[in-house]
Amino acid sequence: MKPQRSLEIGTGLFVLLGFAALFFLTTQLPGSGLSLGEQAGYRVTAKFDNVGDLKVGSPVSMAGVRIGRVEAISFDPSDYRAVVSLQIESSFDRVPDDSDASIQTQGLLGGKYVGIGPGGSETFLKEGSQIEFTQSAIVLESLVNKFFANFASKDAGTDTAKAE
Amino acid sequence: MIGTSLGRIGAVALFLLRVLGQCLPALAKPRAVIHQIYNAGARSLIIIMLCGLFVGMVLGLQGFDLLQRFGSEDALGVAAALGLLKELGPVVTALLFAGRAGTALTSEIGLMRATDQLTAMEMMAVDPLRHVIAPRFLGGVIAMPLLVAIFDIVGLFGAQLIGVQLMAVDPGAFWSQMQAAVELDDVNEGIVKSICFGFACSLIAVYEGYHAPPTAQGVGLATTRTVVVSSVLVLLIDYMLTAAFLGR
Amino acid sequence: MSAPPVRIRDLHYAVGARPIFAGVDIDVPQGQITAVMGPSGTGKTTLLRLLTGQVAADRGRIELFGQSVGDTDKAGLYALRRRTGMLFQNGALLTDLTVFENVAFPVRAHARLPESVLRRLVLTKLEAVGLRGAADLMPSQLSGGMARRVALARAIVMDPELLIYDEPFVGLDPISMGVIVRLIRELNETLGVTSIVVSHDVEELATIAHRSYLLSEGRVVASGTPDELARSQEPVVRQFMSGAADGPVPFHFPAGDLAADILGKSAQVGGRS
Repeated sequence: MKPQRSLEIGTGLFVLLGFAALFFLTTQLPGSGLSLGEQAGYRVTAKFDNVGDLKVGSPVSMAGVRIGRVEAISFDPSDYRAVVSLQIESSFDRVPDDSDASIQTQGLLGGKYVGIGPGGSETFLKEGSQIEFTQSAIVLESLVNKFFANFASKDAGTDTAKAE
Repeated sequence: MIGTSLGRIGAVALFLLRVLGQCLPALAKPRAVIHQIYNAGARSLIIIMLCGLFVGMVLGLQGFDLLQRFGSEDALGVAAALGLLKELGPVVTALLFAGRAGTALTSEIGLMRATDQLTAMEMMAVDPLRHVIAPRFLGGVIAMPLLVAIFDIVGLFGAQLIGVQLMAVDPGAFWSQMQAAVELDDVNEGIVKSICFGFACSLIAVYEGYHAPPTAQGVGLATTRTVVVSSVLVLLIDYMLTAAFLGR
Repeated sequence: MSAPPVRIRDLHYAVGARPIFAGVDIDVPQGQITAVMGPSGTGKTTLLRLLTGQVAADRGRIELFGQSVGDTDKAGLYALRRRTGMLFQNGALLTDLTVFENVAFPVRAHARLPESVLRRLVLTKLEAVGLRGAADLMPSQLSGGMARRVALARAIVMDPELLIYDEPFVGLDPISMGVIVRLIRELNETLGVTSIVVSHDVEELATIAHRSYLLSEGRVVASGTPDELARSQEPVVRQFMSGAADGPVPFHFPAGDLAADILGKSAQVGGRS
């Protein structure tokens, strides 16, 4: 019975290892995966003019630390803005309720994430809060356009000042 | 030529139906299936992990070299993860499986045929399809996705080893970009592929073994055919599944 | 008394164009050892395959326990085979199981016995063939003679009514052969198992068989008790019993004209018909 026993243990180890690997792949790799402790934490919403290519599952971070993930992205037809629902882990329960949310980019080609900049309020975000201050995704082209437009108008301003 | 090819495909399909019919009764005696999961899975573990590590490390090197030309080395995690999950993991594992476990199955069953063991079972009123073929088929089908998952994890570790430790890619960027870019659909594609490959490789292996001529030469040829047919079939199925997943 | 265990009538069977059997009649009476003899290549093993329904006859009728094998479906065949034990030429033990598990295999497949009962049953059968001590060995650790005895234990573990031995003496040393001969006789005498022994070992068979059939060229050329065969004056029987190379059974496989074959002109000459 000895060899039978070690065979069963070997098989058990293999199956366990395999399922652990499968579990890791499905839950930990994709940000949008079936993450553990989905219910733990609270949900807040934020409205953006433009979410860029923000995706469900993108990280939510504060000072570079991941504190949650994007749970849903929908569209509010009343004011034509995107409603992003953020799920914040419950251990980060002291985020001031006047904090601002902005959509930022990891590196030049990286994915989008929601960055939270802390405010100064004594009251904190809780389930169902809405973040009032938001900054939309920076679209590279419009940024470049704006930059040149600014440059041009500043140029024009100094010209008129000189003339006076 | 076409006629024999068609005949073979039909024969394999019919054989699959007969094996599938015996799978449920075979599961009622799980000990044999466990034994075969051990044979097909646990015994292939070392080679799978070794190859996974090297494939991951190569991905790390090549990916880094490619990505740094665009100044986005931080995306190495994404490149390695997607490459492993969607393609390299399932395909390389399936090819190794065909060579390691598939050939072992074919030669084992072929030798059982050649030494009258299968006939002896029939004479004992025991259906070899149920007691020999179905457990081996199930063992392969169950083991393959697990092997692929392990291959993926070890491969990621290898890519991380090269990227982060050797090439100094920021570890945070490596993992967080990966997590942001990889979607559940990507993981699912890999799992679906691995299940399909498991079916194909196990079926070919047991079919060739069961129908091998009961001679030394016959078993040898059948073993070779297992590797060739399985490999071609895996790549064919891989193309079709990739196209199907991209087309969604 | 019920139908005889085995009755074969007018059996015809051919592989391709080569006829193996052309009208064979064999009766195996209850409780006796019947020997089927014949030179190599007369289809003795094929006869067993036909008998157990592994291949279908072209014409004729084969009855096993009064049931026609040709008209029985798979479930019915399996039911018949459960009443039959078979000893293969090389033993055909399952190489991935121990000796004990090999003998236990048919029991496990067909019945749910408590482990203690199963153990006693298997060890009793192994004791009967003198190999109880080898229960934990793997088949690869056995000699040819031991493997055959284990296979015999496996064949009798379900207490069959009919035992079929396919070339039980081939490739054995004289001592192992003697052991097998003794076992066949003991099983027959103590348990009353009807037995069919297919072999070409004339001397061994003569000591145990109640009745022998001699096959040649697809027909039964002689039958009777071993003594009758030994005293027979028929040339075929004489040649076989004494082992002469030439006689009615030709030394050459059927072939065309030798000279034509060698000169490579067989096509023109038409040597092969």
